[in-house]
Amino acid sequence: MRARIASPLAVAWPPVALAVVAVAIWQGVVVLGKVPEFLLPAPGAILGDLLAHPGLIGSATLVTGLNGLVGLVVGAVVAVVLAAVAAAVRFFDRMSAPIVAAVAVVPIVSLAPVCYTMFGAASQQPRQYIAAVAAFAPVFLTTLRGLRQVRPVHRDLMTAYAASGWQATRTVTLPGALPYLFSGLNVASSLAVISALVTEYFGGPRDGLGSLITSAAATSNYATAWAYVFGAIVLGLVFYLVTLALEWFASRRA
Amino acid sequence: MSDAVAIAGVTRTFATGRGPAVTALQDVSLTVAPGEFVSLIGPSGCGKSTLLRLIADLDQPTSGIVSVFGKSARQARLDQDYGIAFQQAGLLPWRTVAANVELPLDLHRVPAAERRARVAELLDFVGLADFAGSYPDQLSGGMQQRVAIARAFAEKPSLLLMDEPFGALDEMTRERMQTELVRLSAETGAAVVFVTHSIPEAVFLSDRVVVMSPRPGRIREIVPIGLGPGRERGEALRENPAFYAAVTAVREALHGDGAVPVGVENR
Amino acid sequence: MTRRVLLAFAGVLLLGAVWELYKDLGPATGVKVGELAILPRTTDLAMPHLWTILDRLGQPVSSLPGSLPLVVAVLQACLVTLGIAGAGWGLGVVFGFLLALLMQAVSLAERAVLPFVILSQTVPVIALAPLVVGWGAQLPAWQEWMSVSLIAAYLAFCPIAVGVLRGLKSAEATQLELLHSYAAGWWSTLTRLRLPASVAYLLPALRLGASSAVVGAVVGEVSTGTEGGIGRAIVEYAQASGGDPAKPWAAILGAVAIGLVAVGVVALLGIALRRFRRWEVAA
Repeated sequence: MRARIASPLAVAWPPVALAVVAVAIWQGVVVLGKVPEFLLPAPGAILGDLLAHPGLIGSATLVTGLNGLVGLVVGAVVAVVLAAVAAAVRFFDRMSAPIVAAVAVVPIVSLAPVCYTMFGAASQQPRQYIAAVAAFAPVFLTTLRGLRQVRPVHRDLMTAYAASGWQATRTVTLPGALPYLFSGLNVASSLAVISALVTEYFGGPRDGLGSLITSAAATSNYATAWAYVFGAIVLGLVFYLVTLALEWFASRRA
Repeated sequence: MSDAVAIAGVTRTFATGRGPAVTALQDVSLTVAPGEFVSLIGPSGCGKSTLLRLIADLDQPTSGIVSVFGKSARQARLDQDYGIAFQQAGLLPWRTVAANVELPLDLHRVPAAERRARVAELLDFVGLADFAGSYPDQLSGGMQQRVAIARAFAEKPSLLLMDEPFGALDEMTRERMQTELVRLSAETGAAVVFVTHSIPEAVFLSDRVVVMSPRPGRIREIVPIGLGPGRERGEALRENPAFYAAVTAVREALHGDGAVPVGVENR
Repeated sequence: MTRRVLLAFAGVLLLGAVWELYKDLGPATGVKVGELAILPRTTDLAMPHLWTILDRLGQPVSSLPGSLPLVVAVLQACLVTLGIAGAGWGLGVVFGFLLALLMQAVSLAERAVLPFVILSQTVPVIALAPLVVGWGAQLPAWQEWMSVSLIAAYLAFCPIAVGVLRGLKSAEATQLELLHSYAAGWWSTLTRLRLPASVAYLLPALRLGASSAVVGAVVGEVSTGTEGGIGRAIVEYAQASGGDPAKPWAAILGAVAIGLVAVGVVALLGIALRRFRRWEVAA
């Protein structure tokens, strides 16, 4: 009998309280316990660094964010096209199955070094390609499942109406597949950001968050490194929340 | 000996998110004697399932008293004085038929040898001895429901609570299950509280039929069914004029004005 | 079934054929639109022949006397990384289970902690990897591989905690009421109902956790500079690729193998637990 809809305040207070307490304990332990900075800098120090050079952190976030975004869009478009082909052409589906399965489980970032060789280490493109490959698998798999998920009763209904193939696709198959596409996109968006960032650990221009975290850590500027990590967290949240909003919008329309 | 179930002045209201609270049951009183078969019947929303859940201590009354064999409903549940079956068989899909029937015995630490013997006896009882090693998904709906009934009888309860246990079955299976149930309850001497939508089902099974009305849920009338003891009831009874007379009596109690309330089957 | 396998095989062969065909016909500088590289360069350096890669696997790692065949070196590196990822995954499973149990038992804990567990799957936690590098050098009794395992553990932990919690809550209301009517306690309900019912959610979570642990181990090795694993091999072989273009591909094949083994182990677990997944097939 839980018909009651929880108010936003009731949903928000426990995590917010936990965050406040956790940050307070973090600050307290680091300052009072004299924790060395290489282990964990104090939140105050990280905040100080954030405020000291917001421009640097902002531009690095934009570089990595753009790479992730390009990768996400390219990967998702290719995935949707190929999923449509796989749903329509059975032998293509069967032939692509092992490749997609491998792409889904393999650490994509391991392709980074050869990608730099193949496309040139001076540009952002290898990073965008890696992000695209990482985003591809979840979108392809969920979209394909969505396209196949036509309920038998709906298929029978379309047959009973003597609907043409395109009519059935438009009225039943596509609206049914849309929520699946967006849930795949939701997973893909974080993978794209993570891959774009991690690829930077393997080389390329030193302008993104990943590169700068490594440089800062290498020169023992731990608070600065954590400030870049903060940028990465914000970036991940932005991608997640935008795709979540898209998913919510699509599920309301569908 | 105290009554199997004694309900005195029970009211149950549910708070809703917005708007006024819903009164599911209002001032309901009812007693069930040991060994008696009582059906609760009424349209959707009359609170018959709520009443059963109160007896089972799956829910608590807003006011009033529910006692089972002279104890509180909670104590009766902790003492395992009743067996229960729901509309869904509610079998655990990863357990075999035998292991499903064994579940309550297993939970209450009955020794293994005793458990095995009791399970064999119960499966024999419901005619599923050959399916002991099968999994629920290999059985038909009727067979799954028989497993659930065997499970309800597992601890030789002196009270059985059943919430539309045959609701999802086809008519033929349903009639066969009804015949089996009257036989089983008569042989074990258990009192039964049985919730149903179906008038003929209530009449065929019961010593008394409790007719309820909705909004707020209350008892409208209690119809005694004088069709003789359960062990003598068989398929022939369904064609007996006395059976039709009892069906008519219950139907009239349900709706004096002749309109068929929503959710009651007249089959 | 055989037809399926043959088609899958044909798919892999076709991919190889496309590779060779593009290498043969594509321009050496790659296909470009303006400054944008659409398709890769086709030089031997960027795209070695597939047979060169296969041949390279059998050759010694380096010109030093007594060096192992490349394939053996790669397999050894794979075992090291699998060990690190496995340790991380195990740790993630233990803590994921404990947290899920806590969240199931205490609703306030769920409301406070779950949002962070979900969000930390969406943010690049792996960005922290370079920051645990220092630990090995400066903490007593702390090995470098432990930093890597720790990263792998955290990455595995989040999906497992979320999956287990969803699984524990997946038991049907009727079944929970049944257990309640048997006066079964929290522990009996957990072992008899909630855990068995959670298997359907548990397996995808364990699989996701295994993939994440592998990614975490590979990336962790790269950013902490841990020796001996496949992550290190990927970087080292890439540095050697100027004179030995097939070598980095051997390391990539190793990473592919690790990913497949990790998922394969979870699949075996799924077979062992198939009794608890009956209704997945039946439904």
